[in-house]
Amino acid sequence: MKRRDFLGRAGAAGTMGFAGGLSMPALLGSASRAYAASDDIPVGLLFSLTGAVAVVEHTLHDAALMAIEEINAAGGVHGKQLRPIIEDPASDPATYADRARRLMIRDQCVSVFGSYTSSSRQAVLPIAEQRNNLYWYPTLYEGRECSRNIMYGGAVPNQQQDILLPWLVENFGKKFYMIGNNYVYPKEENNYCRILLNELGGEVVHEEYVPMGHSDFSSAINRIRAEEPDVIFTTLVGDSDVAFARQYHAAELDPEKMPVCSLTRSEVEVKAIGGEAAAGHFSSAPYFMGHESAANEKFVENYKARFGADEVTHFVSEAAYFQVYQFKAALEKLDPANITPSAIRDAAVGMTIAAPQGEVLIDNNLHSHLWPKVGQWQSDGQAKVILQSDERIAPAPFAAYPGQECTGEGLVKA
Amino acid sequence: MDVVFNQVFAGLSIASILLIIALGLAIIYGTMGVINLAHGEFVMLGAYATWALQTHAGMGVITALPLVFLAVAAAGWVIEKVIVQRLYTRPLDTILATWGIGIILQQAIRLGVGPESKFVRGPEWLSGNVEIGALVMSNYRLFVIAFSLFILAGTLLLMTRSEFGMKLRAIIQNRRISECYGIEAKKVYSVTFAYGAGLAGIAGALITPLFSTIPTMGTGLVVDAFLVVIVGGLGSLAGTAAAALLIGEVTALFSIVINDTLGRIAVLAGIIVLIRFRPRGLFPSDTRR
Repeated sequence: MKRRDFLGRAGAAGTMGFAGGLSMPALLGSASRAYAASDDIPVGLLFSLTGAVAVVEHTLHDAALMAIEEINAAGGVHGKQLRPIIEDPASDPATYADRARRLMIRDQCVSVFGSYTSSSRQAVLPIAEQRNNLYWYPTLYEGRECSRNIMYGGAVPNQQQDILLPWLVENFGKKFYMIGNNYVYPKEENNYCRILLNELGGEVVHEEYVPMGHSDFSSAINRIRAEEPDVIFTTLVGDSDVAFARQYHAAELDPEKMPVCSLTRSEVEVKAIGGEAAAGHFSSAPYFMGHESAANEKFVENYKARFGADEVTHFVSEAAYFQVYQFKAALEKLDPANITPSAIRDAAVGMTIAAPQGEVLIDNNLHSHLWPKVGQWQSDGQAKVILQSDERIAPAPFAAYPGQECTGEGLVKA
Repeated sequence: MDVVFNQVFAGLSIASILLIIALGLAIIYGTMGVINLAHGEFVMLGAYATWALQTHAGMGVITALPLVFLAVAAAGWVIEKVIVQRLYTRPLDTILATWGIGIILQQAIRLGVGPESKFVRGPEWLSGNVEIGALVMSNYRLFVIAFSLFILAGTLLLMTRSEFGMKLRAIIQNRRISECYGIEAKKVYSVTFAYGAGLAGIAGALITPLFSTIPTMGTGLVVDAFLVVIVGGLGSLAGTAAAALLIGEVTALFSIVINDTLGRIAVLAGIIVLIRFRPRGLFPSDTRR
């Protein structure tokens, strides 16, 4: 930057700060005018297209963008088109924060869809709260968060485990072996799992965490052989999960006697593991590509037609997809002249839409009521849904922490 | 007690993989003094070559080995000719250059083949286990152990019994005098670099059925291989083998006694202590430089 530019900008910033202090109402007024003034509705997409998490996030980006295109092709909302504004945060949390700021301030987006990892969501959170904007987050996560500016589309621990644990204990036994990568999600899930196991009279024979990217599981497999647990409860992610599954299969441990039940293994991991090695093991999630519903048929068909016949949909890309429809349904309830992020949030609460997994409902606490399922992997790389919740399960992001609850007023501590 | 035997086997298995990866590195580092930071990417290239041969030509992992060796050796040869050869007099710059080559190879695969993990089928005839009492040994891991010993023996023979090995050892002892006797040092270096790269390729091919094949898979492996080379002592193949065995067994021991995360820390701490007292490794070569 040249010195003259710098002085000019510093001066402008100073003036703005001064004016801002005096004429706050006017500024706010102009901001809401800007949201409605344009002929289309600007929507931010903040998924990494490069860097370490791009492997997963590009599928979320694809699913969300496809939903936007479908909505536009069907005439948009209130006759206005959704205008996707795409930013690539390159898998770096600080860049997420920067690009989110750009989308929310410069581009005047009424909502931003983004993130796969918790760390990137937490980088955007303060900006979404400060700007009172909305950030739609599609991933399952560990709970313990209760922002009024984040729409959580994925499962929290109680939605992944409440129907799963009684079923596992009943069908396989009470001895659990926990293995996960060493970060917050596996620890919180295992923490909740222990609470449920206590109630069910189960026990944890071993709990271990391996570094991210760890790829030699011969020691863990020997320990599993020695402990003879009934269920291997895993929260390994990405490459670690792929390596573990392949070595578990190579060690010829029988899925009928010692099944691996994963909270994180989706169609994407199974594609890399190979159907043969994954077959017989289980995953718990609200969505599997093989789930039979009219909404899912349309989703899978369109996705394959758009991105290639050998592409897969999975429980995070499904949420990235249906969250755009939740957003659209909320917009439809609003007066087109008065579209603001907080109005969208208020309209979205209590609303239901037909998602590929079933009819989902947005709770007061901005998490979604979902349809937990247990899938058994088949040798063709698809999961067969063998257990499905009878009813929609409400999200309880603080289920493992008695006395704390996430409500429509934010976090309430007893 | 059963756990102990199984764990000793697990350690052997880890050691065999470390050995194949480290051998190529030890040859390049020990004979030319080039710190090849792209070595992990040669492993990765080997894994992807295996994937490509299996997906497009229907070859098994084992039948693909010679082709993978040649392909990665060829890549190594080209890189040596084009870049590394010009930097033999500037050893520090080779670190930077090979690091850069590593990044280029990684991104090239990411762009060309795609960033997602690839599936490689393991050989059918090596599936299953050998069980002796409570000791369970995966056939494939047994094969990798046997193959690593075969490669070690082959490399030792090449170095000590062949004309090429004799020339190489002469150059290591004194490059200028050797050149006076008509040995083309440049040519020998190229072949050695290609051979080291080829070994890395074989390592990559052998680990694909067990690990996840992704563009970044080499980054962690090259660190482990370096530890082996440093502990073993520069320029000593026997030292490399002993160090691989030591690190493999110690890793297996720690990961069962403590856990994998703390075990890793304990191994690294142990290596720091070791090089404090034996800075040239366990078996430093007696060669004067």
